[in-house]
Amino acid sequence: MRRILPSLLALAALAACKKQDQGSGMMSPDATGPIVIGEVGSMTGTEATFGLSSANGIQLAIDEFNAKGGVKGRQLQVKVLDDQGRPEEAATAATRLIASEHVVALLGEVASTRSMFMAPKAQQAKVPMVTPSSTNPAVTEKGDYIFRACFIDPFQGYVGATFAHDNLKVKKVAILKDVRNDYSVGLAKNFIEAFTKAGGQIVAQESYSNGDVDFKAQLTNIKAAAPQALYVPGYYTDVGLIARQAREAGITVPLLGGDGWDSEKLYEIGGDAIVGSYFSNHYSPDDPSPRIQEFVGKYKKAYGGQLPDSLAAQAYDAAGMLVDAMKRAKDLTGPSIRDALAATKDYAGVTGNITLDQNRNPLKPAVVLKVAKGGKYDFVTKVYPEGMQPESGSGGDAAAKK
Amino acid sequence: MAEFFQHIINGLSVGAIYALIALGYTMVYGVLKLINFAHGDVFMIGAMVGWYVARWTGESRTPSIPGALLVTLAAMAACAILGFVIERLAYRPLLSSPRLSSLITAIGVSFFLEYGGQYVFGPNPRAFNVLPRHLAQHLGPVSLGYVDIVTIIVSVALMLLLQRIVFHTRIGTAMRAVSYNSTVASLMGVNIDLVISFTFVLGSVLAAVAGILYASKYPSVQPLMGLMPGLKAFVAAVLGGIGNVPGAMLGGLVLGLAEQLVSGYLSSSWRDAVAFGILILVLLVRPSGLLGRGEAEKV
Repeated sequence: MRRILPSLLALAALAACKKQDQGSGMMSPDATGPIVIGEVGSMTGTEATFGLSSANGIQLAIDEFNAKGGVKGRQLQVKVLDDQGRPEEAATAATRLIASEHVVALLGEVASTRSMFMAPKAQQAKVPMVTPSSTNPAVTEKGDYIFRACFIDPFQGYVGATFAHDNLKVKKVAILKDVRNDYSVGLAKNFIEAFTKAGGQIVAQESYSNGDVDFKAQLTNIKAAAPQALYVPGYYTDVGLIARQAREAGITVPLLGGDGWDSEKLYEIGGDAIVGSYFSNHYSPDDPSPRIQEFVGKYKKAYGGQLPDSLAAQAYDAAGMLVDAMKRAKDLTGPSIRDALAATKDYAGVTGNITLDQNRNPLKPAVVLKVAKGGKYDFVTKVYPEGMQPESGSGGDAAAKK
Repeated sequence: MAEFFQHIINGLSVGAIYALIALGYTMVYGVLKLINFAHGDVFMIGAMVGWYVARWTGESRTPSIPGALLVTLAAMAACAILGFVIERLAYRPLLSSPRLSSLITAIGVSFFLEYGGQYVFGPNPRAFNVLPRHLAQHLGPVSLGYVDIVTIIVSVALMLLLQRIVFHTRIGTAMRAVSYNSTVASLMGVNIDLVISFTFVLGSVLAAVAGILYASKYPSVQPLMGLMPGLKAFVAAVLGGIGNVPGAMLGGLVLGLAEQLVSGYLSSSWRDAVAFGILILVLLVRPSGLLGRGEAEKV
């Protein structure tokens, strides 16, 4: 009995702890102070720009809501934790925000890998999580408390195909994809489906593995197939090298790609070889839509003239989407916010009108950009999901008129 | 048919670079019986030094042929010093210890250079602009890149020069003597330490040139760029018969051609599998390599 007693006591203590945790995890204990939203991002490390841009976008959105009176009469506050670009740190940061900061919801991460480490923690504690920029479809498959504010990878394949067929009016396209990267394979697959459905023809399909530097053999075969465009849904370093070698091999047609191209390194490595090629992206600060121009103006004013990148714009939308749901929710418990988020319909974000589907992924337009001399990206057009019409007051009208 | 010739040209150009790196492996092995796994990273340092020099002299903004020569000479000098220092600090103290210790030290040096490079240079690839970018020449349907032409010419010239050094100079004779039997060579008055240092310096200088050519061909530099070419060159050295100078050249060219033909006619996913498959096959069927003959001339 003497041996059993301490263990019983320990058990009781544990049970008490657990009970306390549950109580605080479900609802903010202080019903009058500020509502705390947690944010996890890479504020230091090699991907520090991802985290910093996102934090700027989120803060801008939250400040605006606070100026308009906050949510349910309470002010909002963002608590940011740095994960240094490491997935395990992202999971730890999410746990800390939920357990000790009692956040009502989580925003983050940018990278899909890190979001996938955070998601189980949020799901387990029933705290809704919105990732602004993780495009891998698997992220929201982690559970029904996980949402996102950006389109998913496969959609970009459709965008590329639609643009090639409708705008460039090409009929024969060759594909060069990174077989070791789910992102690239997913984009290529959806491009092929959409392009052949539209009546186009895929004349050559070649592959490479991330980290390769020699693409001459594949490009030689592609040249022999005489395509009118080359779809390369890879990352910027590979694409830069591919562009150079394609020009050396005598391929002069434009290259097409996805948001993996979006880096200043693309032009640094690709040089003039990449000029005149097109890629799909989430947003462009050059988009003439008044909504975007208003956002760009506000952002520049708040951050000393800095131009918002697509991560900042999406973080702004993610925060806006979350606060919009919190306003509609009947109370600030996890399940209520989740239900409100899931019901998001036609939320007017800067990157487009956001409607969530049953898998908690938004249906929203993508922009197509053209690489210009000096590494600038020119806005070309917007492509909408199948069946979605350009929203009024957005860049859609302007683009449609072009 | 045009594609076939294009694949051959591409293969020769890649193979020439593999051959230049393989020469360093093979010479060090010939003299020391040591696989210098840090050799691929000396190649990387060559490219990296080239990048810094090109930025400093303005070559990266306005590429010119004299500028490219200057960059290459600077990289060669830097790698000569590096090769000398590596041998002095890392390998010489272990000269009389079991060969496994040197091998593991070589891997340690390799990691040191790779991650030291990441610390100094940063992990991201940077564009490498050396040599003016003339347009590709077209011979009928086959296109021949400017850098490819330079690569093939420079490599062949260096290999001929090396052949001359090894077979027609005093130090070359000393290298061959040490390679046959270092004890006897030292009894005959050959300065073994000097020969070993010279071998490392010579191999590192060739690696520096290969690094500049490789970085110009795939115009980028990053700290882990030496890993794969280093391994491939090792395969090339074994394929030709490790310790054998003409064998390393032949091995490099064969491997380059095999890779391009596999990527061209099968799939690029098979390329590395074929390269390392060749290594296993050679070790099983003909361990002394294509040109190796048991006690063949070793350098």
